[in-house]
Amino acid sequence: MHPVTNVHYMVLSVALLLVGTIGVLTRRNIVIILMSIELILNAVNINLVAFSHHFGDVHGQVFAIFVIAVAAAETTVALGILIALFRNKETVLADEVDLLKW
Amino acid sequence: MDVPLFLIFAAIAVACGVNVVVQRHPITSAISLIGVMGSLAALYLLLGGEFIAAVQVVVYAGAIMVLFVFVIMLLNAGAEGRSGRSWPVRLLGIPFLVLLLGLLSFVVQAYAPKTDRVVFGAFTSGGPRDIGKLLFTEYLLPFELTSVLILIAIAGAVVLARKEID
Repeated sequence: MHPVTNVHYMVLSVALLLVGTIGVLTRRNIVIILMSIELILNAVNINLVAFSHHFGDVHGQVFAIFVIAVAAAETTVALGILIALFRNKETVLADEVDLLKW
Repeated sequence: MDVPLFLIFAAIAVACGVNVVVQRHPITSAISLIGVMGSLAALYLLLGGEFIAAVQVVVYAGAIMVLFVFVIMLLNAGAEGRSGRSWPVRLLGIPFLVLLLGLLSFVVQAYAPKTDRVVFGAFTSGGPRDIGKLLFTEYLLPFELTSVLILIAIAGAVVLARKEID
């Protein structure tokens, strides 16, 4: 059987990155846009851990932990903003929020 | 044993990832995202990252997804309505997506190191001991800055989500 190489992990990472980007661009529900951002960050983490394995070095995994921590902080603030937005505008759809539109 | 495990979990990750984007109702997307996180944790285990696999399950599949599901329940967000795009425009997206994925995969496999095989058990220094040692020596300043960042995020979320008292 063909062995698994680093390329397989990178292609998986590219696939998740593309799916996440399409989610950010096409969906209107802000909750799903945030989930797509999580997909993109996870795609980055796959690359970090795969290259950590490739170079036999733990530094990449430490970076992945920082990415996870920053993603957690980002999600917390974004969902707080979403709750404040829902309280004022009664919507979670991104295209109905046009307060700054001239 | 590596190849089938990788293929199974990669297929689950991609299928659940597509499901996150395709589903109309946010709660279905959230459950699919848990599937992505779980299968990625298994892939991290295959890569020798034991600690990061545990962190992935505890922080992502545990904490962040609970936060998502909680907010979905709190806002009582229903299914998203159809967008106004016509069918040809939507179907045109799929071949372009496959084309872009193929192109990027070609570039990746052309530039990536070829000889390297990912074998389960070849890299074992991804445990909590090694990562903790790095975190508390070489990465001490970023580690402390991250804790400050999370503190700011907690305070910011409380301030943003609180009810205005007038």
